[in-house]
Amino acid sequence: MTLAVRTVGIRKSFGAHEVLKGINLDVTHGEVLCILGPSGSGKSTLLRCINHLEVPDGGYAWVGGQIIGYALKDGALHELPVKRLRAQQSQLGMVFQHFNLFAHRTVLGNVIEGPMVVRGQSREEATTRAMDLLDMVGMAEKAQAYPAQLSGGQKQRVAIARALAMEPRVMLFDEPTSALDPELVGEVLEVMKRLAAAGTTMIVVTHEIGFAREAADRVVVMIDGEIRETGPASEVLSAPADPRVRAFLGRVLA
Amino acid sequence: MAVVSSDLTGTSPDALPEAGLPIRRLRHPGRWLAGAAVVVVLALLVQAFAAGNIRWPIVGEFLTAPVIVKGFGWTLLITFCALALGILLGFGFGMMRLSANPVLRFAAWLYVWIFRGTPVLLQLLIWFNIALIFPRLYIPGLVDARMVDVITPFVAAVLGLGVNEGSYLTEVVRGGIGAVDRGQVEAANTLGMTPGQTMRRIILPQTMRLVLPTLGNSAVGMLKFSSLAATIAMTEMLNAAQRIYFINGAVIELLFVCAIWYLAGTTVLSIGQHYLERHFGRSSSISAPRRNWLRRATAGVQA
Repeated sequence: MTLAVRTVGIRKSFGAHEVLKGINLDVTHGEVLCILGPSGSGKSTLLRCINHLEVPDGGYAWVGGQIIGYALKDGALHELPVKRLRAQQSQLGMVFQHFNLFAHRTVLGNVIEGPMVVRGQSREEATTRAMDLLDMVGMAEKAQAYPAQLSGGQKQRVAIARALAMEPRVMLFDEPTSALDPELVGEVLEVMKRLAAAGTTMIVVTHEIGFAREAADRVVVMIDGEIRETGPASEVLSAPADPRVRAFLGRVLA
Repeated sequence: MAVVSSDLTGTSPDALPEAGLPIRRLRHPGRWLAGAAVVVVLALLVQAFAAGNIRWPIVGEFLTAPVIVKGFGWTLLITFCALALGILLGFGFGMMRLSANPVLRFAAWLYVWIFRGTPVLLQLLIWFNIALIFPRLYIPGLVDARMVDVITPFVAAVLGLGVNEGSYLTEVVRGGIGAVDRGQVEAANTLGMTPGQTMRRIILPQTMRLVLPTLGNSAVGMLKFSSLAATIAMTEMLNAAQRIYFINGAVIELLFVCAIWYLAGTTVLSIGQHYLERHFGRSSSISAPRRNWLRRATAGVQA
């Protein structure tokens, strides 16, 4: 099993509140990892620290041979210039809770933006690949629609296609179904399960216990900025050792 | 029940009429009266102006006089150049206002403070007389000229109006950029777009939609404010009209000629604004994209 992502002692505080208390986490290539935990436990912040949307106060994330945001030189971590940081970030696909589709671009425009602007692909090349991806998430016929004309579930499927278009090493999902009407959750989870089955390395922050049970190779439960439980979904969800994890799961499974 | 409405209790269920009864709509005699009163007032106004001391044939005669039409041409040119300068400065300083660099932020604040804080007429006069401060314009290797030759009335008008407008638009652009959802920037970051690419391709296009109504107002305002250039010997339309009525005494007639041209100009601008707003607002409409002339005209540009 080759290592895809490793976080080394990531710490983050917002004001006096310590959100992450030194997180060490390994994700292997092709693994689907679900991060569960109560609101405010720091799971979204951890995800945002991995791709440097938040700059960690201490520690770092290592992805595919690179330390994100820093260059290791003379025994110190030197902050990277923004261009090199962005180049690293483009290898981490991010799916947001609120989709964050570019409001002024069509569905197709959203998906080809990164490949064209960042990767320098031609419009034709990017469009061909984008249409394949849109087809995969079932949004090909809406290619010319604007985000405002889509349902939440459709928006999220486009957002997944947009992230995939950059051919990232890892896909990060930040509560991808939390902003959706209940009847639209299924279509997004369906796409994610297909990705998981295809061997995509995925880190998924979610409240969907069902998805974790069905698709995750491993589950991590975070409480108060710490990892309290880790293991296969079947073990963690049915027989958690930690009493606080038991209490949390008792609430969400009830 | 404490309150019993007689309308609800007056008809017993046994005596209810059948469904097909004719319905008499409520009449609104007040609306008719108010409408008639306004029509009468308007008619009186028209009659008063028709019978008043205005020689309408002279208005008609000067409406297309070459001097006036040429003056209106200058008015349009000043408006266009000053607005372009204002928009350029507005976007430039607007972005500086939000810069991470405190020196740039301060410079932009200073610009707004000075040029929004003094009357535009005063600024026009200062630009026009700037040769009194700097007799020569000297930039090594580029320019070396007498300031009075550089700052013609036209240049002074464009600088005065444009730099002043820029200070207002700076604040408008700052607000517009600030109103673009933070998530748009994060999405661009995760795709690997540089700050410049994000600004150009993601933030500014969305800012355009937000600031366009204000820009339309600016254009209409600028067309009218350009008449201030008459005070610095610029022969735009108002100045031309004044020169004519100083000679022939047809004061009101020539002022009305100007009014008609300004109204025509602002009307055209308003129509243009409507189409621009529809173009930039297309992504936020719920309906299917609408085809219009502007969309076709700019289809190649926005790629």
